[in-house]
Amino acid sequence: MRHRILSKDSLAGFLEELRAEYTVFAPRQDTKVPSKTVWKELQQDEVPDFRFVNTDMSPKHFMFPQSECMLRYEDPAAPVLAPVEHDSRKRLLLNVRPCDARALAFMDTVFCQDQRTNDAYWQEKRNRTVMVGLACNNPCPTCFCHQANSGPHDETGLDLLLVDLGNRLLAKPLTEAGKSMAAGLPDAEEEDILRGKELMQRAHEAMPPVIATDNLEHRTLLELYNLPYWKRVCETCINCGTCTFVCPTCHCFDIQDETTPDGGKGRRVRNWDFCMAPLFTLHTSGHNPRGEKAARVRQRFMHKYKYIPMRQPAEVGCVGCGRCVRLCPVNIDIRDVINAMNQG
Amino acid sequence: MMHQRTQAIRAAARKLLAQGRVDVVIGYTQGTIPLRAQPYLAYTPEECDRLIWSSFCGGNLATFASGRTDRVAVVAQGCVSRNLNGLIHEKRLRRENLYVIGVPCLGMLDQRKVETKTAGRIVATLENDPEEDMGEITVSGCDAAGECFTERLKRRDVKRDNCYTCMHRNPVIADEMVAEPVTETAGGDINAVAAPWERFDAERRWAEFTKTFEDCIRCYACRDICPLCYCTTCFTDESDPQWCGKTQDPADVQTFHILRAFHCAGRCTDCGACETACPQGIRMRRLTSKLEKDVRTLWGHDPGMDSEAEPPLATYRPDDPQEHFK
Repeated sequence: MRHRILSKDSLAGFLEELRAEYTVFAPRQDTKVPSKTVWKELQQDEVPDFRFVNTDMSPKHFMFPQSECMLRYEDPAAPVLAPVEHDSRKRLLLNVRPCDARALAFMDTVFCQDQRTNDAYWQEKRNRTVMVGLACNNPCPTCFCHQANSGPHDETGLDLLLVDLGNRLLAKPLTEAGKSMAAGLPDAEEEDILRGKELMQRAHEAMPPVIATDNLEHRTLLELYNLPYWKRVCETCINCGTCTFVCPTCHCFDIQDETTPDGGKGRRVRNWDFCMAPLFTLHTSGHNPRGEKAARVRQRFMHKYKYIPMRQPAEVGCVGCGRCVRLCPVNIDIRDVINAMNQG
Repeated sequence: MMHQRTQAIRAAARKLLAQGRVDVVIGYTQGTIPLRAQPYLAYTPEECDRLIWSSFCGGNLATFASGRTDRVAVVAQGCVSRNLNGLIHEKRLRRENLYVIGVPCLGMLDQRKVETKTAGRIVATLENDPEEDMGEITVSGCDAAGECFTERLKRRDVKRDNCYTCMHRNPVIADEMVAEPVTETAGGDINAVAAPWERFDAERRWAEFTKTFEDCIRCYACRDICPLCYCTTCFTDESDPQWCGKTQDPADVQTFHILRAFHCAGRCTDCGACETACPQGIRMRRLTSKLEKDVRTLWGHDPGMDSEAEPPLATYRPDDPQEHFK
């Protein structure tokens, strides 16, 4: 598909047209905590931010809300769970970083694997969401997307990719939806396309290799599972859920049934859950297969870098966004953990 | 140049392990990114070379000592030493198994405040982390558009909120000290933190509280970094019966925070670890400040000053001044 050009001066008009079809969300500086970038609905006349590094929380909640009511019953005489009416608006996520779009594409393979494993709640929201990406020209020091099956200009999962050329944006349509969004824009000049490629090259070059995974494939599951290293990592891990909640590819959940005290009304809710929590694996019998903290810490990294690659060759459950590195309260750095798994 | 505190901590730790006086030293090592320090457990004299002290030792190392039965040394500033006392009182630690390497504290810095000062840009390097109270730090990095910056920031402008009003900067128990004592208080008025809440009516308090905690993602980092939160099973993780809803509904989120605050009332040392750990930048002290003030003014109790003192909310006296207890 042909590259188009969008001048930042004409962005308002471009967005206005999109707004006719979609509710537009984009990363914005948080009003309460100014160091934080959050996903917000972009209001009319609001100019999108092009300088942010990435949002603190990934956009996974657009498809997989932290709490989601799945079913509800309201008739005490007939407590039959019925589907909940949901928002049907078409949504556009603007300035999604490529790592996050890649993460959502990965999550499609988790939630919607085949006809029998086809999560209607995820699928429905995915179907009414289009994503316009913003390529990273200047990856931050915690990013390692280039070593996690993604990259600063990765196109996977996006409908349109924007590359910031300064006062203009190079727009690369990637799907029919992207093509239709960019239909009214002028074609890009050859030099703009070259400039885009140059920026991609430069972004890649700015990212030194930080992890080594070459041994992970060959080492057996038990060899990795029994590494003495886990004992050291778990000493300082506080078993909070921060890394999993800010992670764009963590997807574990818990389903709870709630009723009013008289049982008259009730609902079934799906909530994010996490492998660090003891309750996550507690059996009704009282037995907990991951009762020890070390086992829970190990699970997160083994899941991402061993169990997923075993099921999906060449895939990992990580896109290198670096959020867990930045936000872990005790600075456990996944890059160190991967290297230790590779060598240890 | 290695900072004096770092040097002295390493020397003390090395000696303790070499002499077999303790089995482990709990301290900090350099973080993998700027504005961060990593808790670190040194088991051998060689491992002590990794220990550091910086302005970002903002967790609470008492948490990692809690419940241990081996002989531990803990690198502790004022607030952490008070938590160690609390843990001794609550029988989570035995005094004879504990060796405190005391650090007179100049106040820790707030990573989010630094990032706010750099307009949300990611700090790639941090230089100068001086140990003078009024010193400056220099941070640099580039934004997403490739524009780079270098900023010199005054420590006093980016200090953690609780460090402004700290009342006990020197350790209250220490088996040795790594530097000369510093001024005991940080100079701020601790009672002023609760003052706005005392002026608000109930409705306004609730509105402020709701707003403060609306971004909570229930990751429980605040609970898990806190040395007071050591219940084998937290009430939020109890499933039979389930005390607390699991959803993001405000009622469920608020129940967690209110109950946790009350569990900690009269035991909290205002160490600020919960605020530092929060990935959402929630200002937890808005909830705890009034509780702390009440404990201080009603019972004259300063948690953790003495490992023998009963926390007032865990005791009953027939001459309790409040009517409904008589």
